[in-house]
Amino acid sequence: MSEPVALKLTAKDFKSDQEVRWCPGCGDYAILAAIQQFMPELNIPRENTVFVSGIGCSSRFPYYMNTYGMHSIHGRAPAIATGLSVSRPDLSVWVVTGDGDALSIGGNHLIHALRRNVNLKILLFNNRIYGLTKGQYSPTSEVGKITKSTPVGSADAPFNPLSLALGAEATFVGRTIDSDRKHLQSVLRAAAEHEGSAFVEIYQNCNIFNDGAFEQLKSPDSRDDYLIRLEHGQPITFGKDGQFCVVHPPGGFGLEVRETASTPAEEIVVHDATVADPAYAFALSRLPGFDLRNTPIGVFRSVRRPSYDSVVQSQLADAKATVTETPEEQLAALLNSGDTWTIS
Amino acid sequence: MSKQIRQLDRVVIRFAGDSGDGMQLTGDRFTSETAQLGNDISTLPNFPAEIRAPAGTLPGVSSFQVHFADYDILTPGDAPNVLVAMNPAALKANLADLPRGADIIVNTDEFTKRNLAKVGYASNPLDDDTLDGYAVHPVALTSMTVGALAEQDVSKKDAERAKNMFALGLLSWMYSRPYESTLRFLERKFAKRPELVAANVAAFKAGWNFGETTEDFSVRYEVKPAKMPSGTYRNITGNAALSLGLVAAGVRSGLPVFLGAYPITPASDILHELSKHKRFGVTTMQAEDEIAAIGAALGASYGGALGVTTTSGPGVALKGETISLAVALELPLVIVDVQRAGPSTGMPTKTEQADLNMALFGRHGEAPVAVIAPKSPSDCFHAALEAARIALTYRTPVILLSDNYVANGSEPWLLPDVASLPDLRVEFATAPNAEDGTTFLPYLRDPQTLARPWAVPGTPGLEHRIGGLEKADKTGDISYDPANHDFMVRTRAARIEAIPVPDVAVEDPDGDARVLVLGWGSTYGPIGAACRALRQRGLPVAQAHLRHLAPMPANLGAVLRSYDRVVIPEMNLGQLAHVIRARYLVDAIGYNQVRGLPFTAAELETMLEEVLKNV
Repeated sequence: MSEPVALKLTAKDFKSDQEVRWCPGCGDYAILAAIQQFMPELNIPRENTVFVSGIGCSSRFPYYMNTYGMHSIHGRAPAIATGLSVSRPDLSVWVVTGDGDALSIGGNHLIHALRRNVNLKILLFNNRIYGLTKGQYSPTSEVGKITKSTPVGSADAPFNPLSLALGAEATFVGRTIDSDRKHLQSVLRAAAEHEGSAFVEIYQNCNIFNDGAFEQLKSPDSRDDYLIRLEHGQPITFGKDGQFCVVHPPGGFGLEVRETASTPAEEIVVHDATVADPAYAFALSRLPGFDLRNTPIGVFRSVRRPSYDSVVQSQLADAKATVTETPEEQLAALLNSGDTWTIS
Repeated sequence: MSKQIRQLDRVVIRFAGDSGDGMQLTGDRFTSETAQLGNDISTLPNFPAEIRAPAGTLPGVSSFQVHFADYDILTPGDAPNVLVAMNPAALKANLADLPRGADIIVNTDEFTKRNLAKVGYASNPLDDDTLDGYAVHPVALTSMTVGALAEQDVSKKDAERAKNMFALGLLSWMYSRPYESTLRFLERKFAKRPELVAANVAAFKAGWNFGETTEDFSVRYEVKPAKMPSGTYRNITGNAALSLGLVAAGVRSGLPVFLGAYPITPASDILHELSKHKRFGVTTMQAEDEIAAIGAALGASYGGALGVTTTSGPGVALKGETISLAVALELPLVIVDVQRAGPSTGMPTKTEQADLNMALFGRHGEAPVAVIAPKSPSDCFHAALEAARIALTYRTPVILLSDNYVANGSEPWLLPDVASLPDLRVEFATAPNAEDGTTFLPYLRDPQTLARPWAVPGTPGLEHRIGGLEKADKTGDISYDPANHDFMVRTRAARIEAIPVPDVAVEDPDGDARVLVLGWGSTYGPIGAACRALRQRGLPVAQAHLRHLAPMPANLGAVLRSYDRVVIPEMNLGQLAHVIRARYLVDAIGYNQVRGLPFTAAELETMLEEVLKNV
């Protein structure tokens, strides 16, 4: 293979001519800017990049990217993107979705795309609310959420998107935050390098209907004590002064947070995103409490498994490798197969 | 002693048994032998949705009817001349369809007290007067098969299971069928278990020899080959023909075919068939649901493939939203609906034509699509090519309305010359199309076809965004402009209405008919047979058949108005008649039946005779 030619693209090349129409102050602006700035790094020609979205505020995303793009229907983006990705392995296909789009109406397509390990980069903008329909609770809203459709509080328990993705056999699972451009780009980088489905949850602020939903993770006063920044190969410690750590208590099923000072160093879990057993990443995904304390961000899991695309393509290639005739000759032979008879 | 041989011009045989008795296979093999002989053929399988309904019960009866003749025939036949009944349930379920005098071959081994009680026979119909007037041939099929295989290295159960081959051997002898293809078939089918090849071949030959020796069968029959156009033929079901049509569409367009499908009766066989043709670059994806199936197909179309999804009525209902998206995106897409009796799960293995309204109108917004329907099993091949042609040329979803009757029925198919098939090559957009020479306008239309350019991802310089939001004319940008929306809605409708489709042909040999029978889809056979029968009796009647339901042929209005009466038989409650009355202000008479079975030619003949009397 020849050395790829440096395309020398810039963020500006990825901006479309369409006026961006999210509410002023929406977290989507920051994500858009971060992605436009990040895309040149991949050195993929713009024409080979496709953004596919469903319905919702976040799903307007493709209109603003100067690549190929499709704004499809509610919840169906993973299905449409699967057909595109499987039939066009030369493309880099990204799915942009939200908590309602991916986890409510489109839950089925999300879990099956992950289980198949389709070569899609799935970015779930989670703001824990329905924005486009003006403020109903979403499948990631906390229990008791008071909204237009739940005036005395929602009665149903939310999904943990990462736990769900891991349960659906996802091979890459990560989480990041709209306001931390550097971290967001680092997770996207790892996702882009992954062969197969990469699922990235992006905490995104809806300043109109659910403002401050992730404030503790953003405010300089609290974020260091709330966030666990996962780094592959590093012991998991966090807090302003590294005062907290994550351990796997003997006899327990999951992970727990302890004080670093009273924990022997060898008991502190060293983060390894490549652990085959999804139970580890699942345990990480269960650490945050309802108050967002102990929220890990970064790459939870990154394991290798052949992508659906590659298996399908290799089956096609194997079948075609036996062909010596022209397609017309092949077709004539196929039509004439089975029990035939001739009338003269 | 040599037996008497009698010539017949046509025969209808129905093989009936328990759903585990292998009746579909038996019928299929008999059909293949008959095809080899050069008779014209039409078949009708009829089976329950349950894979194994309780053995010996009426709901578990599975049957296969084959009609063969020395002239060209149009239907699987109204009433069997011969019934093979493998058990009391098969006899009871089918007896009412038999005219007096018909031959009934029964497997006496199954007529036990217990089996008789299961179907409510108080006494054995072989012993009482139930079968008076029929030519009954009692044959101990099971025990004779087991006896014939006594020396074979097979279990008693496997020996019993070979009884269908005994029956096939007997019938093959009765009707002087060539059996070499069946022997070859058995060798292929049981290639991994040679002992089963030997057992089934032995059972077949035992049946044949039994016919030859027993006194009970004193006559053998012959049906001479039919005069058919010269060429090479094979017997084909509608689902198989439709699958091959899609493969052919891929070859003739030079595009990869992508099928997204979710298993559903009676469409699953298309998924099975297409999954075998990876050598042609055909990709099949068994999706997680009907919506994903069409979504993936649309995604593949967006990427430059011929996207196809196959389903039945309930699946089309689920796909409706995506079909509307495809209407807005103006991308090629073929949606195959193999109709079955509804609503809801209805009768999944029985036929109906009740999805016409849904195909024409069953979407939100103004979302017109092209709709076509094959008229016979082999026509499914050409209908699939036609659906692909329209989808690719006009960048539109096309609904192909097959039904269980044509999908599972079979007939001889004169194999087409590949070079004579339509050229479906398309041109993708490769360069900016605006007058300034640098801008790409994804909704700038071809003035002839009104189709927009198909610019697939990977094409440098044509990066653009499409979506379900209303688009501005030419630029494709999001637009809420009232005049633009009105324009786009009308343009999408005009685009479909302007698709050129062939004029509808009228069959009126003497040109003096005053009554026109208009049909669509699978009713072509029974309507044609009824019209022929009436003409043979000197009663003039004209037949026209619609393959294109949207848009309709340009001459249809004039054709309808040139007759005193228009009759529209449909396996629904009058869906086409409703459209015809609304569109052409013609006072069409509906003849409607929804029994899950095709019309018989005889009932249509009776109905039309009444209409003719009153003109």
